[in-house]
Amino acid sequence: MSTITQKINFLRIVEIEKIVRESPTVKTFFFADELSAQGKPGQFIMVWIPGYDEVPMSISSTCSDDLVSITVANVGEATRIMHKQEAGGILGIRGPFGNSFSPVKGKALLVGGGTGIAPLVFLAAELAKLKTKLTFLLGAKTKEELIFLSYIKAIISRTKGKINAATEDGSFGHKGVVTELVETTLAKEKFDKIYACGREPMLYKIFELSNMHKISLQMSLERIIRCAIGLCGSCTIGKYRVCADGPVFTSNQLQEVVNEFGKLKRDFNGTKISV
Amino acid sequence: MMNRLAINIAGLELSNPTMLAAGILGISGLTLSRVAKAGAGAIVTKSLGLQPRAGYPNPTIVQVESGLVNAMGLPNPGIEHFTQEIKFTRSVAPLIISIYAFSTDEFAIAAQKAVKIGADALELNVSCPHAKKTGADIGQDPKLLEEVVKATKRSVKKPVFVKLTPNVDSIVRSAKTAEKAGADALTAINTVKAMVIDIETAKPILSNKIGGLSGSALKPIAVRCVYEIFDAVDIPIVGCGGISTWQDAVEFLQAGASAIQIGTAIAQKGLNIFTQVNEGIEAFLEKKGFHSVKEIIGLSHKSK
Repeated sequence: MSTITQKINFLRIVEIEKIVRESPTVKTFFFADELSAQGKPGQFIMVWIPGYDEVPMSISSTCSDDLVSITVANVGEATRIMHKQEAGGILGIRGPFGNSFSPVKGKALLVGGGTGIAPLVFLAAELAKLKTKLTFLLGAKTKEELIFLSYIKAIISRTKGKINAATEDGSFGHKGVVTELVETTLAKEKFDKIYACGREPMLYKIFELSNMHKISLQMSLERIIRCAIGLCGSCTIGKYRVCADGPVFTSNQLQEVVNEFGKLKRDFNGTKISV
Repeated sequence: MMNRLAINIAGLELSNPTMLAAGILGISGLTLSRVAKAGAGAIVTKSLGLQPRAGYPNPTIVQVESGLVNAMGLPNPGIEHFTQEIKFTRSVAPLIISIYAFSTDEFAIAAQKAVKIGADALELNVSCPHAKKTGADIGQDPKLLEEVVKATKRSVKKPVFVKLTPNVDSIVRSAKTAEKAGADALTAINTVKAMVIDIETAKPILSNKIGGLSGSALKPIAVRCVYEIFDAVDIPIVGCGGISTWQDAVEFLQAGASAIQIGTAIAQKGLNIFTQVNEGIEAFLEKKGFHSVKEIIGLSHKSK
């Protein structure tokens, strides 16, 4: 007698079908998994690199033939091993876990930084189906690291939306950080909802801007995830568990945990440290 | 109206017999407080030690057909750091601090520190199946178990609960040893030592290879342990292992538990499980004509 929660939590071994290089540091891995393919934008899966580690990854796309993708930056030991893999390699998958972005009709502002762009691209594809008018702002260190640019352009052109980018070195678009684009955009335009994913200082700035302009907001947070099913407490922010109550939070929820949001996270031993 | 669910266990006044099990969510004061507000009669922290400990790398948890196998490796920020968490748990429900240590002297010091930061009671983790030189390595050695309980009891006045491991020849002997050494209550049981191997890669899944099985697979084992211990000791027992419904809770109470702990089932049922179990127990007591939960503790022993 297994419940849905148990079913999604069982480890499945999958074969990598395809790997796409998105930038010098980012690759997208495609594999077939029926349960993950039912995942929604914002949800994550736990990815086991056999013999090494298990890491949480946002779903970056799903396909009708059960094909799913995750978009992975080469930032640590586990992701370095993943980046060395080729099609035919093996991964262990459980999930999808957590809540998801709730799609809005009307006008949406999407703000993604670095690999935080990936789950928002998945969301943008869903929003486009609802004919939501999209403004997509993306930021990265350099032009090369602006992932999914042409794919986003294609979605945007279908919805008569807008796209704007910022790079820290000025190699593409606005020279600076993406929150500066958010600031100027919100000064000129109203939106029904803001969606954001990226590093926490960026998210906190957007949270402040959304409060100032009184626009409802959903953003995806990142913490250390171990169990992914709301038990171990590794990922808590205030009273919330990122894995089970999130990873997507609203402005009201973020207001409740404002003593930690943008400031503190927990280390592997549970000590609060600066984000 | 009298609260049928109220229970005094080793001097702790609980508004109901449900408790959060150690190791679950108890690393943050705000989540502990949320669990109490969701209906738990008492809250138990994650096991805290004298030094911060990072725990094991992932994978730390594996789903099996009727439960979970975990080897978290006792991650915790250390008792002293926990001071800043504990302020959020004030007056929501009795707070039991679970402690682990690597020697009798360390247990005594950890106990004093835990009481100093505000524990209403202590639960000694002498039963974690996946940590070396602590946990079950202590609980499986009767002499060491006796020394640790004695040392802890000498060092603090607050009630001391001893959480027992089922990974022994005789849990009754462990229970008697702990009682004789001065334990005020027993928690039975911790997880059963277990492992899972992925056959595709022929690799043990947990990074620590060996972990502990929790969840519904554990329930009949835990019920048996509580039943046997109830016959052998006079101190109260807290039942733990695979409880996910009010019927499970009643079964443990009838086996001889004065209270029960819930952990793994939170993954499926969420934090509302505490209220659901309490409402179920209360309705059962009313239907059966009992005025207090105390009347069903050990009831199954009377029908021998």
